[in-house]
Amino acid sequence: MSVDQTAVRRIAHLARIAVSEAEVPHLQGEINAILSFVDELGQVNVDGVEPMTSVIPMKLPMREDVVTDGEIAQLVLANAPLTEDGFFLVPKVVE
Amino acid sequence: MTSLTSLTLAEARDALKARKFSCVEITKAHLAAIDAAQGLNAFVAVTADQALEMARRSDERLAAGEAGPLEGLPLGIKDLYATKGVHTQACSHILDGFKPPYESSVTANLWRDGAVMLGKLNMDEFAMGSSNETSYYGPVASPWLPPNWSEARAKAALAGDKRGLLTPGGSSGGSASAVAAHLCLAATASDTGGSIRQPAAFTGIAGIKPTYGRCSRWGMVAFASSLDQAGPLARNVRDCAIMLRSMAGHDAKDSTCANTPVPDYEAAIGRSVKGLTIGIPREYRLDGMSQEIEALWTRGAEWLKDAGARIVDVSLPNTRHALPAYYIVAPAEASSNLARYDGVRYGLREAGADITELYEHTRARGFGAEVRRRLMIGTYVLSAGYYDAYYVRAQKIRTLIKRDFELAFADGVDAMLTPATPSAAFGIGEKGAEDPVAMYLNDVFTVTVNMAGLPGLVAPAGLSSEGLPLGLQLIGRPFDEETLFTLGEAIEQAAGRRALPKAWWA
Repeated sequence: MSVDQTAVRRIAHLARIAVSEAEVPHLQGEINAILSFVDELGQVNVDGVEPMTSVIPMKLPMREDVVTDGEIAQLVLANAPLTEDGFFLVPKVVE
Repeated sequence: MTSLTSLTLAEARDALKARKFSCVEITKAHLAAIDAAQGLNAFVAVTADQALEMARRSDERLAAGEAGPLEGLPLGIKDLYATKGVHTQACSHILDGFKPPYESSVTANLWRDGAVMLGKLNMDEFAMGSSNETSYYGPVASPWLPPNWSEARAKAALAGDKRGLLTPGGSSGGSASAVAAHLCLAATASDTGGSIRQPAAFTGIAGIKPTYGRCSRWGMVAFASSLDQAGPLARNVRDCAIMLRSMAGHDAKDSTCANTPVPDYEAAIGRSVKGLTIGIPREYRLDGMSQEIEALWTRGAEWLKDAGARIVDVSLPNTRHALPAYYIVAPAEASSNLARYDGVRYGLREAGADITELYEHTRARGFGAEVRRRLMIGTYVLSAGYYDAYYVRAQKIRTLIKRDFELAFADGVDAMLTPATPSAAFGIGEKGAEDPVAMYLNDVFTVTVNMAGLPGLVAPAGLSSEGLPLGLQLIGRPFDEETLFTLGEAIEQAAGRRALPKAWWA
């Protein structure tokens, strides 16, 4: 399988990475090189094989359903590039 | 002061206990070595004041007879471990200025046991790379001189763009370079596809990627969560055993972290190899493999045979699918994990007219080329219409890869012996610029181990004809790191102790 330039733009948008028009042909080449590298996997017989979900067999541990931390709003916001009145600040999202 | 930095971790530990010198003295010696080695670019942040304060407290505890297993031992920490209040960026620009208000579980374990933090080590951005060239902070030079280079030529290159100097491998390139250059006694590293083992081989030191779940991943910057595992790099196998005992252990904050006791790994050093069965997987013999690597591999098997092990031929038929499957699974998980870098909660923020533009500009500017490429591949293989053909298929192939190992272990194989890398270290600027896949091939022998969740250890095993270090890899049963330490040390001993490079960079 390979991707065309429209697909490259679509993937970049899905990944939320801005790409300039000048970058598109180059990215297309690189992505297709990787896709052709993984192409041989299509030939492997995987009939009846379960996809791996956990590499080491273990039961997901459960814990008491209680609050274990919190009340640390200032620490949560400490690394934010822009905050106001204890909130993260973003461009207007609701008209 | 040089002699204090040339000690192994075990030697320094014993000498500190015997009060032959103080923790402050050995910490100062390492800080001086780091200062003189700035050209190597192994450290991205040096925490000198904190290190001296930790060393002073270690001296007090030693005096009070309350020393921990790593008391006063100066270590380097890979930049992907969260260290409270200290530079933690996984060497990415997108985490610009990030200083976590919490400590990773692995580093917390080290400090609990008395270790001293010297600073944060360079790495490939988000651990995506095999040469430490994708770091936002620039490439790291290996302390090993390129063949036929004079010290003067190397020093000139060090002051310039470093091209032609050897890479220490990656992604734990800063960790490997710092350990091999005697800038720290040992270092933390991490391994998603070979990022501990390939740098160990390239720099002539030892490293282990433990079983998935042996160490907590809490507070490690995530790359591919089903493959990532913490581990140490150190100058020999014993030192790796000492480090892993402190790093490993159950942690309720990581639901994939195993709740099984941590053995005294150092006790496995020097145990008899007699009676152990070592598998030689025939699929690791690649077409066009270098004679030198093949000869080293054969020699390694002979060393273990001479020590009393039984050598058997084994088949792992799905080996060749591991690398392509990895380049689906790892980018897919990365694209999901790295979705958190949005310019809102931490790190870099680039303005945009609306929230989508803010995301797109921040991520375009904050991620380097290799990370952007992998995020796009990951996004593609997880996107509607392609998920089954790529991601689900790759996870099925992963089941087949793991089954190959399980069958061999069920047949009585205790560990496998393989080459660590297809070649000795290459030069900075030499690989991957045109074709990303050429760089990916570095991981061909190591990536299977991550796909199967197994422990893998690389021990220094000799030098190439050009005088560069080469390593051998041992692959073990889940949670049987002890056998790997026993075998790894046997290989190290048989190969003979070789001096690491002297400090031409200072």
